[in-house]
Amino acid sequence: MNMIYIFGFFILSFFVLSIIGLFVSWIDRKLTARIQWRVGPPWYQNFADIIKLSGKEVLISENGNKFMFVFAPILGVISATICGTVIFFVLKKNFGFGGDLILLVYLLIIPSLSIILGGSSSGNVLASVGISRELKLLLSYELPFICGIIIPAIKSGSTTSLIEIIKHQQIYGSNIFSLSGIIGFIIILISSCGKVGVVPFDLAEAETEIAGGALIEYSGILLGFYKLAKSILFVVVPSFIVILYLGGSAINSFSGFLIFVVKYLIVLILITLIRNTNPRLRIDQVFKFFWGWLTLIGILGILFTLSGV
Amino acid sequence: MSLKLKALKKSLWVYHVSGGSCNNCDIEILDLLTPRFDVERFGIILAASPRHADVLLCTGIVNKKCVERVKEVYQQTPKPCVVVAVGTCSCSGGIFRDGYQMAGPLDKIIPVDVYIPGCPPKPESIIAGIVKFLKELK
Ligand code: SF4
Repeated sequence: MNMIYIFGFFILSFFVLSIIGLFVSWIDRKLTARIQWRVGPPWYQNFADIIKLSGKEVLISENGNKFMFVFAPILGVISATICGTVIFFVLKKNFGFGGDLILLVYLLIIPSLSIILGGSSSGNVLASVGISRELKLLLSYELPFICGIIIPAIKSGSTTSLIEIIKHQQIYGSNIFSLSGIIGFIIILISSCGKVGVVPFDLAEAETEIAGGALIEYSGILLGFYKLAKSILFVVVPSFIVILYLGGSAINSFSGFLIFVVKYLIVLILITLIRNTNPRLRIDQVFKFFWGWLTLIGILGILFTLSGV
Repeated sequence: MSLKLKALKKSLWVYHVSGGSCNNCDIEILDLLTPRFDVERFGIILAASPRHADVLLCTGIVNKKCVERVKEVYQQTPKPCVVVAVGTCSCSGGIFRDGYQMAGPLDKIIPVDVYIPGCPPKPESIIAGIVKFLKELK
């Protein structure tokens, strides 16, 4: 009985998250269009894309690992959905457990890993260039991302529970209102651009150089699963940042929900602006940027936090 | 009309195949994808790989070297897909119809759905052709 309940809830949250995610990616696309002085796609654009992809033929490449090729995109969607469910429980039901912060850090890696798995099992040369880039990208953004997570964890009294972090912020004010908070926010914002794979760091899927990179062999609904995972990440990652830095108000009441949406939109628009004002970087530049400056600033931020600035 | 066909009409991902054109049609296609013409309002975006594509925009007479490649790209595209012959060359051969390297025109090699003549066709006429085709599609 319990298993059925959990499974049903999972399916439900998958649909809800996909709908929100596709809508939110439309906001991103529309905003991009407006910045480039265009009209942009209509609101149902992403839904049309997914429905169309589900109606197309699925081609499976002959000289690859067929099981992994089909399994990897599903894995990506599942892990992204679980991330969303954990965050939903924390916000809505006030339900969490010690260490859910660490769980989320692990779960957020899996969508990138699924791209690597899928690309490497498709048996394409350009895909292998793509996955080597994705792997290096994963290694590079993870370090500053974790710096950006450690800062609010220390600030809220060395806890790894999201509930504790929210409670602490409700009593003492949002984490961003301090020097170390601002540093941490900037770091986590930039590294989350790598996480959702938008333009300055989208070199794993670079269309102009390696023709879609890791996703080159995917077609039909399998490609649609990757798109869904990406749009669910567009919901999950900004809300994660809102919880960590912007106070993450509980969404039990209507006003709390509205405040949360406004905060979420602020983070989303910041990510979109970063994506529209920067060109794509080379992989060595990305590596130097993340492990050099950003990590240094992150360690500085952690030192500031420990000294209470 | 089924939902999937409706969705297909609203979200065409374009892959650009050059079968030995004089490069002028290709420049017009690149023009088409710039912010000025903004084809994203019809849901049209440039796909990176033929596996992602719904529309093949083919330019040029298909010359002898390109026949195999054009066929290969057509087979790699998941069906249903739309093939558009852009430019007089791919419609009929144009000024190169008597050339020694001519193996086309395009509809000898793969089935073509839309013909857009012009040497080269303006981006406006490419948009007009595709929109007209979408209206006809049932
Ligand atoms: S139709 Fe004209 S512009 Fe286009 S490829 Fe042929 S010769 Fe060039």
